[in-house]
Amino acid sequence: MQSFAFSDTEQEGAVSTKEQVDEYILHHLKDSHDFHLFSYSNDAGERKHVGFPLPVILWSSNGLATFMSSEFHHDDNGQVIVERNGSKFVKLHSKIYELDNGASSVSFEEEHHATNAHKVLDFSITKSVVGVLLVGLLMLLAFSSLAKQYAKKSIPTGFGRVLEPLVLYVRDEIARPNIGEKHYRKFTGYLLTVFFFIWILNLMGLTPFGFNVTGQIAVTACLAIFTLVIYTVSGNKDYWMHILWMPGVPVFVKPILAIIELAGAFIIKPFSLLVRLFANISAGHIVVMSLIAIMFTLKKSLGVVGATGLSLVLSFFITLIEVLVAFLQAYIFTALSALFIGMAVAEHDHDHEHDSHGHEVADVEDVRGDFI
Amino acid sequence: MEVLLNDFSPGLFVVQTILLLGLIFLMVKFAWKPILNSLNERESGIQEALAAAEKAKADMQNLQADNEKMLQEARSEREAMLKEAREIKEKMISDSKEQAKIEGDKMLKQAQAAIESEKKAAVADIKSQVAELSVAIAEKVIKEELSSNEKQLKLVDTMLSDIKLN
Repeated sequence: MQSFAFSDTEQEGAVSTKEQVDEYILHHLKDSHDFHLFSYSNDAGERKHVGFPLPVILWSSNGLATFMSSEFHHDDNGQVIVERNGSKFVKLHSKIYELDNGASSVSFEEEHHATNAHKVLDFSITKSVVGVLLVGLLMLLAFSSLAKQYAKKSIPTGFGRVLEPLVLYVRDEIARPNIGEKHYRKFTGYLLTVFFFIWILNLMGLTPFGFNVTGQIAVTACLAIFTLVIYTVSGNKDYWMHILWMPGVPVFVKPILAIIELAGAFIIKPFSLLVRLFANISAGHIVVMSLIAIMFTLKKSLGVVGATGLSLVLSFFITLIEVLVAFLQAYIFTALSALFIGMAVAEHDHDHEHDSHGHEVADVEDVRGDFI
Repeated sequence: MEVLLNDFSPGLFVVQTILLLGLIFLMVKFAWKPILNSLNERESGIQEALAAAEKAKADMQNLQADNEKMLQEARSEREAMLKEAREIKEKMISDSKEQAKIEGDKMLKQAQAAIESEKKAAVADIKSQVAELSVAIAEKVIKEELSSNEKQLKLVDTMLSDIKLN
């Protein structure tokens, strides 16, 4: 790392107009290659940025290239060119492009898209990756210490007393009812991991560090695909039967249903998971930041005190709601994952119990089996 | 949609997949497995403890019932023993009374018989003594009466006068 905290100058001024606010919000929602804490203008009118750079790891046409993000000098418009292994890289709208052979600067078309540069595979330790690593470390520390407590005592003390009910909640309210008593144990580890991963990342997104990990479509897609893989791999005979050759319907309907069910299992279900989480968290970030921006955009019509007060009150309440949403989205993602897994492992046994009058006694498993 | 696809970073996707796989593996190995196992153990422990307490309660009740039964048995046995003892006592008393009565009657009869025979012997003795005494007296009287001539003559005279009278 070249320098832990650094500052340099930039021509752009402070974020104060509506256009600048919009741009700032959109920029925030994207992943970034450095960890930016805050910016200010010093007495000389220079723009200072405080934060620290993160490593950039690229797979370019000339092989692996690594350097620190500080080499871009906070440029996001393709102006600063970094040369590594004979390749020229620029950063444009939070993405890193490699210049085509022979080009020495980026040329743009009307919509500000580069015409002589292409994207590269970017394995950088971006801000989102830092967030993921941080959450992973926190989870490992917190829950392995809880696990260690059980070796000595049967009831945890201290912070473990907070964590244990959460673990029990996921197990008893999400895994057990959705997957069923017989199979839930195998999938509880995944569901617990995903639940705490999403929840803590959502909460971290509400801190001033401004992580937006669960608002990255690549992250939510990855989570959704994990669920897809798990319920596809663990699907039993009944599950595939119900997808490919639905019993109890006329033969000519079966192929049509099979197409619908296949689309449902492989496209709609994961897509609903990934889009729901992504959209909710992104929307939350946009709303909170927009309400904070009222401070600047309504300064003229409401005055400094009025605009600041309105902004504080509104963003305070929305942030409270976002705290709820952070939990809710983690719960929904985990519960739906559990439900999809439950559908795949449900046993539609046809030997129903009969009571003394010969009526079927519908047990919980059957009702669940019929319902999903 | 185009913006979404443009925002999708394949690199981040790959990194996230690797990190999530690692996280799931580590969490399952070092956290979830021990935690869930201990929770299950604790729950089954609580279940067993509850069942044991229930069983102990039932045992206690059984024991109490047994005690009650034994007490009842002991009480009735004591009752029976007391009753038997009383019967034996009464029987003994009545038996001995009977015996004593028979013995007494027998003794009484023997005594009466002895008295009777003693009485007879005494009467006989008295009779013989009276006879001897009467003879001795008569002898003495006769000797006295006939000791002198005069008296013998007087007697003859008296006897002769008696004859006259007749």
